[in-house]
Amino acid sequence: MAKTYASAVIPAPASAVWAVVRDFNALPAWTPFVAESRIEQNRPPDQVGCIRNFRLKDGGRIREQLVALSDYEMSFEYAILESPMGVENYVSTFKLHPITDSGHVFAEWNAEFDAAPEREGELVRHIGTNVFAAGLAMLKARFSR
Amino acid sequence: MRADIRRSAVIHASAERVWATLRDFNGHESWHPAVAVSMVEDGAPPDRVGAVRNFRLRGGARIREQLLALSDRRMTFAYCILEAPEPLRNYVATLRVRPITDTGGSFVEWRSCFDPPQAERERLTRFVRDDIIDAGLASLRALFEKGTRGVAALPPQAASTARPGASGIETHEIIIARYGGPEVLQPSRGHAPEPGPGEVRMRQTAVGVNFIDVYCRRGSFNLVPPGGVPGMEAAGVVESVGPGAAGVERGDRVAYACAPPGAYTTHRTMRADSLVRLPDSLGDVEAAGLLLKGMTAGFLLHDVARVAPGAVVVVYAAAGGVGQILARWAKALGATVIGVTSSEGKAEVARRAGCDVVVVSSREAVADAVMRATAGRGADVVFDAVGRETFEASVNALATRGHLVSFGQASGDVGLRSIDQLTSRSVTLSRPNYVHYTDDAEKVRAQSERLFAAIRSGAVLVPRPRTFALSEASLAHAELESRRTTGSLALIP
Repeated sequence: MAKTYASAVIPAPASAVWAVVRDFNALPAWTPFVAESRIEQNRPPDQVGCIRNFRLKDGGRIREQLVALSDYEMSFEYAILESPMGVENYVSTFKLHPITDSGHVFAEWNAEFDAAPEREGELVRHIGTNVFAAGLAMLKARFSR
Repeated sequence: MRADIRRSAVIHASAERVWATLRDFNGHESWHPAVAVSMVEDGAPPDRVGAVRNFRLRGGARIREQLLALSDRRMTFAYCILEAPEPLRNYVATLRVRPITDTGGSFVEWRSCFDPPQAERERLTRFVRDDIIDAGLASLRALFEKGTRGVAALPPQAASTARPGASGIETHEIIIARYGGPEVLQPSRGHAPEPGPGEVRMRQTAVGVNFIDVYCRRGSFNLVPPGGVPGMEAAGVVESVGPGAAGVERGDRVAYACAPPGAYTTHRTMRADSLVRLPDSLGDVEAAGLLLKGMTAGFLLHDVARVAPGAVVVVYAAAGGVGQILARWAKALGATVIGVTSSEGKAEVARRAGCDVVVVSSREAVADAVMRATAGRGADVVFDAVGRETFEASVNALATRGHLVSFGQASGDVGLRSIDQLTSRSVTLSRPNYVHYTDDAEKVRAQSERLFAAIRSGAVLVPRPRTFALSEASLAHAELESRRTTGSLALIP
């Protein structure tokens, strides 16, 4: 089982950031690597069990299923159903924590997955840096203006 | 309902460094500003789950806490309170450190859950949030930013108000070291300056203890900042008279019952026009136990509600200090008085104070009992100093066009209420504040003369207060808050 993790402080109220990221179909709006996205079978994007089907800017297609969503905890979890990355049992959690002494928010994004042993290290780096850290950096830039 | 407080901060140090500090269960004495000294019981290692840390707060309180869980992998630990002077029941706290990967700093979250008594909920929540968690997080942040303990987060020194070099005399006083329970009342040294224009200095011989002092001590009223001296009422002898202070002379027996607070002291320099000269028939201790309560009852009955002959009046806490005076004085004004007490023992006291009917609130619903006693009509006036717990019952006990005089909150702040319920019977609501009826010399003179006249006519009795030494102020407060007391309390400097 491999794990990867990234986190950042975003200079905005938790509710404002949560309003952007809780939309399971909004990856093109706040990440740098997704070209287009749709929810399969026209289900609402906050229906637990719905599947997002999106195309990366490099052309790869990924299908992910929303497995948990909590407006109370400001967190969601999803699992990869299909991807070109060669990962199995991939479950990811995104969570916001209000920072009470500044009014900003601390965002965490992590994943656990299985992969071929020789590819594990590269995947941990790739997902941690090019997906999670890149997404958080763009979120941070969006709210820093 | 369980209190659940979550607070958090960003600290400019790696998660590993912050965790190394936090994981030492006995290390809080080196970084938490409220902790004076701490030890782990039975010589156990501080990272042994089950270890008990036994520590003393700077305010003097002693607390025992037990480590429930510790995880280096998750950088989190949890503990519970075993013993504390405050009712922090079923208190469990969790601290968690998370790395911020894009800056190399760390995020610290502190969560505390407990079951507060309803009446103490707001005060305890504020205490845990501000004095324990936020003060701790601020100090932790300062520790890593400056490499020193967070000086700014330290509570104000329990310093005396002494001004070295100034003329005047040194006093012994009681200060509110910080907001909290009776134990925060602590002896200190202060200073009573030579009286300036319009002022006198008095040597105090007796100090009244009132519920407003408790509200100040808890921080419900922001009249006394931490480190300040509480108390609204005292009696004594004029020692020194400033220029232009009319109407008083050295040696006069005087008393006061007014803002600003500061009465818990041996000597005090005061404005001369806030003083009342005491009649020979009224002793110092009796005056200190009566003036504020008697003047309160006076303006409640005459200025706020204007109780007339034939009126039906409900008096809560009818065996308490103000309650007994209200009951007897309302009776003398020709009212029918229904007293409310919390126990049968106090009911007897209320009957002796002149109540026609006494309702024991632990036995029957107050509104129902009042309706029965008035053949379904209800009361013209309800005097309610209990507050949160009784507000609804007070409204429901009123007659059409009745008047609820809510003048205290012994059970906790009244809180947010809808005024819509008042319409169904055209109810009037008053929230009088003592200060506004006694804030100039003319008002003080009128209120005190009315009280002294009522004493002469027998409408107000003069009981002997229970006395405590000034240094036992915390004991007196504990007694007052226990609700075991009947009548008044006074401190003897």
